[in-house]
Amino acid sequence: MSDRDTIIRVEEVTKRYGKVTAVDRVTLEIPRGEFFALLGPSGCGKTTLLRMLAGFEMPTEGKIFIDGVDMSSIPPNKRPVNMVFQSYAVFPHMTVFENVAYGLKFDNVPKSEQYGRVMAALADVKLDHLAERKPDQMSGGQRQRVALARALVKKPKVLLLDEPLSALDAKLREAMRFELAELQDKVGITFVMVTHDQDEALAMACRCAVMDRGKLMQTATPSNLYEFPANKFVADFIGSVNLFEGTLQVDLPDHAIVHSEELGGQIYFDHGVSGASGEKMWVGIRPEKIELLKREEGSNPPTPEDAPPGCNVAAGTIRQISYLGSESIYEIDLINDRRMQVSRPNLSRWDQEDFTWGDDVWLRWHGDSPVLLQS
Amino acid sequence: MKDWREDKTFFRATIALPVIWFFIFFVIPMAIVWAYSVGENVGPVDVAITGTFANYAKAFAPEVLKVMGDSIWLAALTTLICLVVAFPVALAMTFADDKQKTWLLLLIMLPFWTNLLIRTYALIAVMRTSGVINTGLEGLHGLLMTVGLPLGSFEPLPLLYNKFAVVVGLVYVHLPFMVLPLYAALDRLDKSLIEASLDLGAGHLETIRRVIVPLAAPGIAAGLVITFIPALGAYLTPDLLGGPDDLMIASLIERQFKRANDWPFGAALSFILMYITLLFFAVRAFLERKGGKVGAH
Repeated sequence: MSDRDTIIRVEEVTKRYGKVTAVDRVTLEIPRGEFFALLGPSGCGKTTLLRMLAGFEMPTEGKIFIDGVDMSSIPPNKRPVNMVFQSYAVFPHMTVFENVAYGLKFDNVPKSEQYGRVMAALADVKLDHLAERKPDQMSGGQRQRVALARALVKKPKVLLLDEPLSALDAKLREAMRFELAELQDKVGITFVMVTHDQDEALAMACRCAVMDRGKLMQTATPSNLYEFPANKFVADFIGSVNLFEGTLQVDLPDHAIVHSEELGGQIYFDHGVSGASGEKMWVGIRPEKIELLKREEGSNPPTPEDAPPGCNVAAGTIRQISYLGSESIYEIDLINDRRMQVSRPNLSRWDQEDFTWGDDVWLRWHGDSPVLLQS
Repeated sequence: MKDWREDKTFFRATIALPVIWFFIFFVIPMAIVWAYSVGENVGPVDVAITGTFANYAKAFAPEVLKVMGDSIWLAALTTLICLVVAFPVALAMTFADDKQKTWLLLLIMLPFWTNLLIRTYALIAVMRTSGVINTGLEGLHGLLMTVGLPLGSFEPLPLLYNKFAVVVGLVYVHLPFMVLPLYAALDRLDKSLIEASLDLGAGHLETIRRVIVPLAAPGIAAGLVITFIPALGAYLTPDLLGGPDDLMIASLIERQFKRANDWPFGAALSFILMYITLLFFAVRAFLERKGGKVGAH
């Protein structure tokens, strides 16, 4: 059943520390050459899972295969994976060159070949001019590059990255995102990255696994995670979302309607959903998928473009505005005091002046905007 | 209002008492001992300060040099054994969880709070001819005899009153001096450095050799000096556990002040011991300055 192009297979892996279950029956496959992200809040088990891939922790139950080989009895120093540590863990008593050459000694690479490989790895991370430096004379970003080169020089089958960008300042972090993605493209090695930062994961990874309290919530491409979240946790964790509890009222193959007390109205889906009529469910609507319209006192609700009258609209008043330059985020109180978030791109240089604090507004959205979520 | 850190009166008031204490109980007695070391016996109790260096010259007599050589050798061996024993202990302690660490540290510290004399006599009880070890061996010997092994009569092991006993005693007493600085150095070590080494393909021994030992070098140097110095000046342990041939320098000093009643020579020997000690401190400072470039940030 092992696919030739699967580099990592995690089978029903559970890790318990005493009574605490850090990783709970996780099953996962990562194809060769992919940039994969393990994403989740702190304490969700993502780092434990990464450390089990590296061999620093052993699964309590389940098995991990790397390139088809069962890793159960293989110690960290014999695994075809290398890790970039969160603290970088660059050896302070060695020069950059010695750091990168360190791992080659144990691969029986002849001395004559070592120099070339180390310098090539340093060139890959643009550090070849600093080979003789000591780590304490380098910045955090440079030390991270040393850690990267030190791992990549061993040509591992998988490179593990533990929160690679968390210790860098904002500008450098942004730059490193692109650089890491480019580097991965160049070396063609499978990258598995752990991060709690959803932007980072979405920006860099081909696919992400979202974890919560030890359980795997969803594994999907970044856009699928955002647009088709499998459940309430994923919808809430990835980006912003307005969540409403409701009851499924109409469930037909081509459309569905959920009635939500919280919203004080109907939510229309222009596609069929799976669920039993009368069932309680959660609906999520992303802030940028809601349109803002001015509301005059006593006016009728605007007609939705692709939904029956009275559906997919709500009345409210603007309470807060965050002007972020490229877009503005509006916090809107609905009539029944429920708060909703709407974001609006500032397409022209005057768009942010369309609405101000205290304005009465209509909120309107399309029939394909809401997503039905499992709780 | 002036900052108290800049207030000279406050500084003088707080420093005065320690300075007076240090002066009365350290500087003055040391000066007296030093004065004795350049003096001569002129009667059963009287010493005349004559400014002679004859007492120091006496220290170069072969039998005194032998005692000093033995002392340095025994102290060095003790220090080495302490390092070999303490390193794995200290390393294991850094990997224990916090609750266990407290208990393990307590176990290391516990002998410190027990009187040295009691500990030494306990060691004698274990090692003497009819002690725990020899009795145990005799029992084992008897057992092996009854199952038919032709062993001959039991000879108790000569565990006491020799250099072996002195080294065992010194190692036992001075082990905490080695464990604590090693533990402090190893505990500060970023554990991810060890994991990084394993991750890069090094085995455990390679990791110890190439990563842990070099990074713990300042702690190892501290442990060596802190163990060696008290071991060199040890008095009670070699006196009680050693034989007549296993004199160490402190016992020799004691004899001058008591049995030999040669206070000037005793004083000179004390200062020689102190000079040797200071020499090792200087070596440590030198090593630290050299190692500081590597270890510290």
